[in-house]
Amino acid sequence: MQLPVLNNTPSEAASGGGCSAGSCGSTDDQMNHLPEHIREKVFNHPCYSEEAHHYFARMHVAVAPACNIQCNYCNRKYDCANESRPGVVSELHHPVQAVKKVLAVAANIPQMTVLGIAGPGDPLANPERTFETFRMLSEQAPDIKLCVSTNGLSLPEQVEELSKYNIDHVTITINCVDPDVGAQIYPWIFWKNKRIKGREGAVILIEQQQKGLEMLVAKGILVKVNSVMIPGVNDQHLAEVSKIVKAKGAFLHNVMPLISEAEHGTYYGLTGQRGPTPEELQSLQDACEGDMNMMRHCRQCRADAVGLLGEDRGAEFTMDKVEQMEINYPEAMKMRAEVHAAINEELEGKRLAKEAKMQLVSIQGSKPKDDSRAVLMAVATKGNGVINEHFGHASEFLIYEASNAGVRFIGHRKTTPYCEGGDTCGDGESALDVTLRVLAGCEVVLCSKVGYEPWGPLEAAGIQPNGEHAMEAIEDAVLKVYEEMRVAGKLAPKLDEQQKVA
Amino acid sequence: MALEIIELCTNCWACQPLCPSQAIYEAKPHFLIDPDKCNECAGDFADSQCSSICPIEGAILNADGLPMNPLGSLTGIPTQKLAA
Repeated sequence: MQLPVLNNTPSEAASGGGCSAGSCGSTDDQMNHLPEHIREKVFNHPCYSEEAHHYFARMHVAVAPACNIQCNYCNRKYDCANESRPGVVSELHHPVQAVKKVLAVAANIPQMTVLGIAGPGDPLANPERTFETFRMLSEQAPDIKLCVSTNGLSLPEQVEELSKYNIDHVTITINCVDPDVGAQIYPWIFWKNKRIKGREGAVILIEQQQKGLEMLVAKGILVKVNSVMIPGVNDQHLAEVSKIVKAKGAFLHNVMPLISEAEHGTYYGLTGQRGPTPEELQSLQDACEGDMNMMRHCRQCRADAVGLLGEDRGAEFTMDKVEQMEINYPEAMKMRAEVHAAINEELEGKRLAKEAKMQLVSIQGSKPKDDSRAVLMAVATKGNGVINEHFGHASEFLIYEASNAGVRFIGHRKTTPYCEGGDTCGDGESALDVTLRVLAGCEVVLCSKVGYEPWGPLEAAGIQPNGEHAMEAIEDAVLKVYEEMRVAGKLAPKLDEQQKVA
Repeated sequence: MALEIIELCTNCWACQPLCPSQAIYEAKPHFLIDPDKCNECAGDFADSQCSSICPIEGAILNADGLPMNPLGSLTGIPTQKLAA
C-alpha cells in the first residue's frame, strides 16, 4: 500500500550528487556509499539493505551442522525451538529436503528473495551438503539469490567452488585481527587433522579469514563482515578490524552485540561475560562508521529462520508440512516475478519522491546551524516506514538520532511487549522496567498510541511519550518533534557536555 | 582397540567424513562407530580424528570407557559451572 505521506524513509539514495549519510534523513546509510554495480546486487537483499528488509524476506536452511572451530559464545548443543539467535535450529535437513523446503517457502512467501546457509555449524566445514544444496537450487530456482556465512577457516580452499554457483554474497565472521584477542574468543580450531588450542589456533584462523576475504574480493564476490562485540575482550579492537576489512574490500560491516545468557550454556554465558549495552554498541558502530559502511538493522537470526527480518515463520514450514505441499515452481516463479516487480515499483516511487524532496531542500537552502544537541528518539513500528505500533505491543523499538544534520537510523532495541509481559520477568524486573532500560538515552518515544499507565514512569525516566504522529512517516515525525523541541528551547547542550567543551 | 560414540552426541556430522576407516555411520538416535573397523586412526594420524573435531565433551569414549575429551577440556567452562 502506498501511503499518502511524502515519505523520506530509506531509499536507494542518489549516487553522486545525492546526499551523504547522516545528512539527509536516509536510514540506509550503508547503501548511500555503494557503487552502482553493488547496489544493483543488494537492493532487494533484506540483510544488506535497510530498506529492503521492510519488504523482502529471507530464509536459512540448516544443512550444515558440523563446525571446525569453537567460539566462546556458541553452545554446540544447538537444538532449541524457542530461542532466536545464530546457531540455533529445530530440525536439520539433508540437501534434498532443504531444496523442497526452499521451493515451498518461495512459492508461499513470494517476497522471499534470498536463501542463506548459515549453520548451525560452519557451512564451509560441510562442503558436500552446502554445495549440493546450492547446486540443486541454482538449477531449480534460478530466481533466488544464494548466500553463505562462514567463520573463514576453510574459506580459502572453497573460494573456487563458491564462485561456481553464482553465490555473490558471503559473510565472514571476523571478531579480531590480533591473536591475543582471538585466544580469548576461540578455545580451539580443527586444522590439518589436529585440534589446535589457544593462541596458536587463533593465529591460523585469523590468517585464513584475511586470506579468504582477499580472495573473494579478487573474484568480485561481495563480502560482508560480521563481528560480535564482546565488552572487555574485543570492544576496543573492533574499530581497527573495521578499518582493515574495509581496506581489503569488504563492502559492509555488521557489529552485533554478544548474546550471553547463562541458560544458553555457552562459555561466556556461564562465566558471566556480559554483552554490550545499546549505548556501547551504538558508540562502537558510530566509531566505525567514519571508515566503513555499517549495518544497523541485523536481527541476529536463527540458522533456520524464515520470513521478514524480525519475524520467524519457520513453524509453518516444518518438514512434515512441506512434504504435504504440492509446489509447481515454474508457476510460482511467474507469480514471484510479479510480486517483486510491484515492490520494486513502490520502492522506485519512494526514491523519486525523496529525490524531489532533496531538491526542494537544496533550493530552499539549509537552515542556519545553532549549537543544538543531537537527540535520540525511539519509534514503535510494524514496518513500511511509518509509526503504526502501540507502545504496549512493541517487541522492539527503532532508534533514530535527530540533529542539525538531519535524521539517521541508529539501530533497533528489543524488549518485552508491555501489554504481554507478566508482572515480572527475569530478576523481578517488570516488562515496563525492561523497556525503560532498553530505551535508556532516548528522550522521546513515538508510537501510534500509548496508554495512561506507562506515561508517568516514561516521563519520570526522561522519555517523553508521544502518540501524536500515528501513521506518519517515521523520519518526518522525528524531524517535526525535534523542531518542536528546538522551539521549546530543549536542545541546549547538556551541562556535562558544556563542561567537556569548557 | 576402538572408540565409542555415546548418547551425548548431537549428530553434527563433523566426525563422519574424517574417519580414515569409514567406521562412523549415521544412526538413531545418534552416530555410531563400527568397532570392527575402528583402529583409533593408528597408522593414519597421530590423533584420532573423530575425537579431535568432536565439540561435545564426553561424547566419545576410548577403549577403556573413559572420555577422550573430559568435561571442561574443550570449552574451558569450569566444571562447577557445568554442574549448576
